[in-house]
Amino acid sequence: MADTALDQLKRSGRIVVVGASLAGLRAAEVMREKGFAGSLTLVGDERHEPYDRPPLSKQVLLGKAEADGTLLPRRLDIDAEWRLGVAATGLDMAARTVKLADGEEVPYDRLLIATGVRARPWPNEAEGELDGVFTLRTREDGAGLARALAAGPRRVLVIGAGFTGSEIASACRERGLEVTVAERGDGPLVGALGGVIGAVAAELHRENGVDLRTGIMVTALEGDSTGRVRAAHLSDGTTLECDVVVVSLGAQRNTEWLTGSGLGAGPRGIACDAGCRAFDLRGIVTDDIYVAGDVARSPHALFGYQFLSLEHWGNAVAQAETAAHNMLSEGTDRRPHLWVPAFWSSQFGVNIKSVGVPSMGSEIMITQGSRSERRFTAVYGYQGRVIGAVTFDNGRWLQFYEKQIEACAPFPPPFTTVDRRPDGQRPIPADFPDPSLPTHGPTITLSGYSPADRRIATFTPAGH
Amino acid sequence: MAHGILSQILDYSSRANPYPLYEELRKTPVFHDGTGPYVISTYYDIQSLLHDPRLSSDARNLAATAGDPLAEGGEAEETALPPSFLKLDPPEHDRLRRMTNRPFGPPHSPHRVDGMRGGLKDIVTGLIDNLGDTENIDLVDQFAYPFPVTMICQLLGVPREDEPKFHVWADTLAASLDPDPDADPAERQRKTHDSRMELGMYLAGLIEQRRKDPGEDMLSQLAVGHGPDESMSTMELLSTAALLLIAGHETTVNLITNGMLTLLRNPDVLAQLRQEPGLAVPLVEELLRFEPPVQLLPQRTPLVDIEVGGVTIPKGSSMWLILASGNRDPDRFENPDRFDPYRKDIQHLGLGSGIHSCFGAPLARLEAQLALSELARRLENPRLLEDPPPYRQNAVLRGPRHLRIACDGVRD
Repeated sequence: MADTALDQLKRSGRIVVVGASLAGLRAAEVMREKGFAGSLTLVGDERHEPYDRPPLSKQVLLGKAEADGTLLPRRLDIDAEWRLGVAATGLDMAARTVKLADGEEVPYDRLLIATGVRARPWPNEAEGELDGVFTLRTREDGAGLARALAAGPRRVLVIGAGFTGSEIASACRERGLEVTVAERGDGPLVGALGGVIGAVAAELHRENGVDLRTGIMVTALEGDSTGRVRAAHLSDGTTLECDVVVVSLGAQRNTEWLTGSGLGAGPRGIACDAGCRAFDLRGIVTDDIYVAGDVARSPHALFGYQFLSLEHWGNAVAQAETAAHNMLSEGTDRRPHLWVPAFWSSQFGVNIKSVGVPSMGSEIMITQGSRSERRFTAVYGYQGRVIGAVTFDNGRWLQFYEKQIEACAPFPPPFTTVDRRPDGQRPIPADFPDPSLPTHGPTITLSGYSPADRRIATFTPAGH
Repeated sequence: MAHGILSQILDYSSRANPYPLYEELRKTPVFHDGTGPYVISTYYDIQSLLHDPRLSSDARNLAATAGDPLAEGGEAEETALPPSFLKLDPPEHDRLRRMTNRPFGPPHSPHRVDGMRGGLKDIVTGLIDNLGDTENIDLVDQFAYPFPVTMICQLLGVPREDEPKFHVWADTLAASLDPDPDADPAERQRKTHDSRMELGMYLAGLIEQRRKDPGEDMLSQLAVGHGPDESMSTMELLSTAALLLIAGHETTVNLITNGMLTLLRNPDVLAQLRQEPGLAVPLVEELLRFEPPVQLLPQRTPLVDIEVGGVTIPKGSSMWLILASGNRDPDRFENPDRFDPYRKDIQHLGLGSGIHSCFGAPLARLEAQLALSELARRLENPRLLEDPPPYRQNAVLRGPRHLRIACDGVRD
């Protein structure tokens, strides 16, 4: 019997993975596990082999781990050709080649795009280049910031109080450094978790000695004659002296290299179907180009077929596994990526965990524990169903709520639980900021229509 | 067919091998014989119930008519010690467990358990050196019991020479978890109550001493108390100390004994462990799946009517979660009745899960790893003299009462 195209691909095909980080590596491993014997090329613009990022905003800033000590463990030898330190600069879908920064063109039979995101830089380029101004995304960023903190600055300014900004502020306080956090919204974490939880996070900052300033913007950074940052100007007219500034304004998706390629890629990521197959600009699904990780946005049946972009460690792994599986499977064996979003953070000694899509919720109910004790479970409701949940130091219950989300269970939950307190008897508004106003980059981007909006319409967050 | 299966499980004659009964039970994943408890036996149901906030561990939520042969008497209980955190819900559970954890584990005491490694090794070495007549060793009396007892005494700061005293109380209290069909319930209840009382008095005296003259031991640190949760009341402290003392050895004895029994029944694995002591780590995990010392959790009660597998379990019912059955559920584990220390997918229920997952797990694991790897390394040609061995009466905390073995000698 003649070999199928799939057998041929598995035996001697060419697979190129653009993006050599968590998703790219995991996908490559799964391809080999599934018996892909052809040539495998991994392209990455950073010089390093794939490393882990969560420690960069935690242990590394505390001096408890080295930034270059976070290489991702390898499950098996993937026998790949590594093209590290070389960015992909273009894609020719018709010729099936990826163009690299060094001028070379790499042909593929199947392409996986896992180029992820990068830190959003300070909008004023000259100010952003001052000594002492950092973003935090890469290993170099982590090492540089850790050095700057170890040098004992008099004051650190963190711009943006999302998860990364809050973790940085927490690390500063643990090192005994004075730190100011400037946040445009009403509180930390409001983009991801809403105002009710944002208020708890704000107390957490203040109790731990953070000079938290909300409803405020940094209008300019000022350097001294040697080019070192020395102060920041704020929208309330005040000036803050600081010698380290961390710009923590969320992420930008690495899709510019696809401009003009005809792929459905833009500032909000690369659209793909639930099986990780990329769409072209006309909304037609490709069959040889797949997407995984932070750069992907795909429809999720559990969340109204919203196109979700998830900047979650677990999503990168799960989506990469699905993409790799589907790349090497016949149509009927393919499976959808229906991972329930989940992430965690650690700040000010509190373990924060989240499942589902809290930011879709319009109401919130504290089903267990209490906000004043900073130990609780909060459930988010959207149009009468449970859509998300978050725990502060209460993570062992989260699995139950994840199942509630998967089961589209009713909201508010019609049953009582252990540790239900008086303030958890009824739901209250979750108090999310207007989604059309930019925040510090929530880790879930709803890139379809707005959940607050009953119309089906094109929804583009401002600033994109 | 399934009728009477609970009394069969509790019957002593099933002790040596309860697994066929569990297999029978899994055919009715939510088993209820009309009057007794609701029995849950499949992996995924147990796993999710352990994370279900609608389930209480507090016996005070049990309806008076729950008809649970494992339920403890109410009134006598209350006049002795208050329930330990094992039998409490949040927030009380969380507060007490958190305070107890302060001197025991991370984040405040990250090196406590690992720091005990040297001491553990010394005790193991001493016990093996003194095994005596290698033609007739009772591994329980000569090794598996004294080892964790010595260790928990050191950890808590309880004088080792008092062990015979609390051994009697501990035995009674462990037995109270288990229905003895032949015993008079009132008599049992009285004995349990008296034991708790006497153990409480004994610990109260110790704690008084520690308050005056605190040391590095856990009892001293709990008695002095610090941190945002303030300190425990004396009664809370007594309950906690009693829990640690009893749970700290009643289970590890069985883990080690079940472990050695399993190794002797699987000589190839024993030989591999001798060659490769690091195998002890995955091996103990597999053991916790294959022969868990805590076979079932008899103390769960729904606060509201809940549905499990299509069956509505009414509020206030008694529920048993058969951990050992979930661990052998073929829907979860491939070849579940095969002992395979190289198993990759090994998320067992042996130490529970959720907020009540075993407090002492890090210590129990370390004790079992050291004990088994040292026994494997030092005993020459060990063999079972009796299989199956005589078991303890207890169906909940299941393990051999004696494990008679012989070997050709003891290596250095």
